[in-house]
Amino acid sequence: MAKDDDKEQTLGEVLRQQGVSRRGFLKFCATTASLMALPPSMVPAIAKALDKALRPSVIYLSFQECTGCAESLTRSHSPTLESLMFNAISLDYQETLQAAAGTAAEAALHDAMKKFHGKYLLLVDGSIPVKDDGVYSTIAGKTNLQIMKEAAEGAAAVVAVGTCSSFGGIPKANPNPTGAVSVGDLMKSGQIATKPLINVSGCPPIPVVITGVLAHYLTFGEVPALDVHGRPKVFFGETIHDRCYRRPFYDQGKFAKTFDDEGARSGWCLYELGCKGPTTYNACATTKWNGGVSFPVESGHGCLGCSEPDFWDKGSFYAPLSTGHWGTAEGIAAAAAAGAAIGIGAAAMSRRHQDTISKEE
Amino acid sequence: MSGLSDIGVKVEGDSEPEDGPTTRIGNALPILHEIETYLTRLTQGGEPATIDLRAMPLAPGDYETLQRLLGEGEVSATIDALGPTRVRETAVRGVWWVTHHGATDEVVAEFIEITRIPTILQTVDEDLVDGLSRLRECLAQEGQAASD
Repeated sequence: MAKDDDKEQTLGEVLRQQGVSRRGFLKFCATTASLMALPPSMVPAIAKALDKALRPSVIYLSFQECTGCAESLTRSHSPTLESLMFNAISLDYQETLQAAAGTAAEAALHDAMKKFHGKYLLLVDGSIPVKDDGVYSTIAGKTNLQIMKEAAEGAAAVVAVGTCSSFGGIPKANPNPTGAVSVGDLMKSGQIATKPLINVSGCPPIPVVITGVLAHYLTFGEVPALDVHGRPKVFFGETIHDRCYRRPFYDQGKFAKTFDDEGARSGWCLYELGCKGPTTYNACATTKWNGGVSFPVESGHGCLGCSEPDFWDKGSFYAPLSTGHWGTAEGIAAAAAAGAAIGIGAAAMSRRHQDTISKEE
Repeated sequence: MSGLSDIGVKVEGDSEPEDGPTTRIGNALPILHEIETYLTRLTQGGEPATIDLRAMPLAPGDYETLQRLLGEGEVSATIDALGPTRVRETAVRGVWWVTHHGATDEVVAEFIEITRIPTILQTVDEDLVDGLSRLRECLAQEGQAASD
């Protein structure tokens, strides 16, 4: 937690005070650009913007969630860069990370909300239960809905971290006993103020995607370009399938039929084992997990589609997409026949998504 | 149960697949072609270029293939800033491999730069000014000491 008088310092000043050299700063910017999936040619511009950026106040609220998102963020692959990112922001409230507890913690939240009214960045993980007046999840005697309503009022922008706050996630899974909804749902129904909203979905989201979005906000002071589900296009513009290194096998109709058959051992496509890669928009295939070690498909398991709305209720993780639970496009089910045909169906669906993205612009 | 060695293991790598080059997957060769384009541009007076290896969908073995084909050059340097950054020229002169490591030596970003010298090795203007004032301070102190 930063001292109050730190708030008006620029990021460049803060880093230099901490003994970060100019080469170190350039390295930070190059890594940040890489995180944000921006071309390396933009590094000088990013360095200039970040050097002058003011540290924003960040309030991080947790509702119906498992803390997996915060785990993902705080275990982001580089301790140095992660701590830099935390130094770049002034994290004024986070239940898991803050030292304060009880009334002191709540006081810190209200002080920050008052002092930086209209300026703070609000991060939310977890869905918000609205059934029976929201009694299913309360903090310090207030329902999640009441807290969200107050916090959204003074936020400059809201980042929904994880599938629960983006789309309702697992708490919303059928039969949704608590009436869980997403942050976006609350804005649409007018229950909270409508603010610029960035959905960073994933269960959990890729750590570098979270830090990348924060870095983008710091660099440009605005919300990045978003797709139809409100997700940043730089990370969610393409499917796992589009960027999967096993894609050539799919195109050739070479599929693993069971786990550990000859096809599986040869690294063939996991489509028939239920991989949701063709309808899942996320950056796993390129950013990978655990510091770039691998991603689920590379470890031999199909994609679960965790960054998509209602992934939990779309049938078995091990049933092929062609069984029809996924996607509104009947194209996929119709193309279930053989390799090549499936390829065309999924590709068409993929293109349709890209068209929708472009039309939204 | 038989021993571990009886379990079939398929090693994925840069060896030619058994059923011929048509099933060869990966992006090592396309990246080399991209480097070739940039290097051509540089020889014709064009701008340096950088390729972000993290932005590429690399198949198992791609990375090793790239390293093997580009080889080791005669220059290498380590920059100690927020963890080590290792910079080395490959055997293909003008093609540099820049690896940024974090505090615990894990790789945080990796680039191939097609340039005469990577930017991070150069001294920036602000550092030149800082260096000059430091040297002048040092001279002033020494002058003071000599006159005492």
